[in-house]
Amino acid sequence: MSIVFERPHALLDVTTNYCPGCTHGIIHKLVAQVIDELGCEGTTVGVAPVGCSVMAYNFFGCDMVQAPHGRAPAVATGLKRALPENVIFTYQGDGDLAAIGTAETVHAATRGENITIIFVNNAIYGMTGGQMAPTSLPGQVTQTTPYGRDTSTAGYPVRVCEMLSTLSGTAYAERVAVDTIPNIRKAKAAIRKAFDTQIAKKGFSIVEVLSTCPTNWGLTPDEALQWLRDNMMPYYPLGVYKDTTKEEK
Amino acid sequence: MAERFLMKGNEALAEAAIMAGCRHYFGYPITPQTEIAAYMAKRMPKIGGTFLQAESEIAAINMVLGAASAGVRVLTSSSSPGISLKTEGLSYIAGSDLPCVIIDVQRGGPGLGGIQPSQADYWQATRALGHGDYFAIVYAPNSVQEMVNVVFDAFDNADTYRVPVMILSDGMLGQMMEPVSFPEREAKVLDKPWAACGHKNERKHNIINSLYLQPQELEKTVVDRFKRYEIIKEKLASAENYLTEDADIVVVAYGASSRIVKSAVNAARAKGIKAGMIRPITLWPFPVNAIADAAKTAKRFLCVEMSMGQMIDDVRLALNGAAPVDFFGRTGGIIPSPAEVLEQIEKLAE
Repeated sequence: MSIVFERPHALLDVTTNYCPGCTHGIIHKLVAQVIDELGCEGTTVGVAPVGCSVMAYNFFGCDMVQAPHGRAPAVATGLKRALPENVIFTYQGDGDLAAIGTAETVHAATRGENITIIFVNNAIYGMTGGQMAPTSLPGQVTQTTPYGRDTSTAGYPVRVCEMLSTLSGTAYAERVAVDTIPNIRKAKAAIRKAFDTQIAKKGFSIVEVLSTCPTNWGLTPDEALQWLRDNMMPYYPLGVYKDTTKEEK
Repeated sequence: MAERFLMKGNEALAEAAIMAGCRHYFGYPITPQTEIAAYMAKRMPKIGGTFLQAESEIAAINMVLGAASAGVRVLTSSSSPGISLKTEGLSYIAGSDLPCVIIDVQRGGPGLGGIQPSQADYWQATRALGHGDYFAIVYAPNSVQEMVNVVFDAFDNADTYRVPVMILSDGMLGQMMEPVSFPEREAKVLDKPWAACGHKNERKHNIINSLYLQPQELEKTVVDRFKRYEIIKEKLASAENYLTEDADIVVVAYGASSRIVKSAVNAARAKGIKAGMIRPITLWPFPVNAIADAAKTAKRFLCVEMSMGQMIDDVRLALNGAAPVDFFGRTGGIIPSPAEVLEQIEKLAE
């Protein structure tokens, strides 16, 4: 009997801390599959954030560094400058990347820092129990927006790919989702493209993955996927926002 | 005799760091430490090193965290308000057992304070470099030559003990020019099997981390670190004794103020007052024994600082009531004069 599908080598056989129905597991698998395909587990160093994926250092088989909240792109910069031939990626949530770590994110991008960011956008702070994120939608009810996000006092959600695509140092920025099989396939292709961009030393690459948080959204996993399609996708359109790798060819 | 150069403290320190094997510098502009960054910006590209001007002190210290995780010798420098910003990263660095060297060229505070020399960050350096149970080794050189010497010790001991090491300088030591010679000393190269530099499919993955959700596990990491601190206290505590053998009055001062105190002690001796000086070279570990030993013969102690009195706490702890301690200090960027210090010594001699 031949094996047609198995756990990627770069994803360790351990129990994760993620809630049932959460899409972190899918995204972890995609990143690990790409690392396997590229055969780069031995030369890759990942950076875990603060948030639900804080313990990603226990789940990926490559060397891992845990960063202070929001600082993963700076930590990755230090790693990359010390290890220019290695593959360096960060795995960050929306609060980490687009609130407390906005400066680190924007400046890593504008420096053209040759790193890859996997940005998991689920429009909420999951780890701390469901507070408003910089990407929470107008009207979205969270623990800290109990009457819905009121844009007159809490402002508007940040569109990260759109923002970073204006910066000269960004080589590749794409927004994907992991709600359906076709979208999961596209997400994997985007992650592969981001890693390829880094390996080709083209500059900063980011893949934003629209993700769900059934626990803090108060929905079943299936309802959560539908909520993502109905509410997140219109505000955060999927697609490639920047790709300079083509232009250079 | 080794060749001597006339250099600013900040620049001599930067060159010494390069000689000690540092090829990665991350910083952010702030007076009065900017010469360090400017020097590194000029030198690093010529020797295949990294100079990176970060978007903030917070980013700079986290770049240090990343580079230290990879196993390289790495340096950052700042001045008082910037060090406050770095303390978050320093706590993670200490909690992750990472080696690195941080320079604090102190200026007056609190807040934006001023840009003149100060010693008002003693507490921050020795007590409050971030949240949690931890220390950094803190060196306090008092000349451009000593600045160069301690840089080598700083990198070596950071690697040996896997701790952050701070060199606590100030605007006066950083900016002044003195003749200096660079020691013929090889950069120590230590194996770092813990580094996150890619496992090459030859070992289990390395994890650099400071998170331990089980209290028993966290307590164990902290207790183990404090066992290393005990070794550091025993081996590295260092002070200079100046005319203390027969001294009735011992003045305790470090860094820039120790130079003024030395003049005042000499002037007191000329007037027949048996004064001496103890100059801590390491502030953490504090040279407790040097102070306690001096109390066997000295009658009074005087602590002189460019602050409202911070190191005096450690002097009192070291004396443990064995002798009275007085204080004299100027703050806000004012450097005390030898005459002011002499006046204090004379008062105590009455």
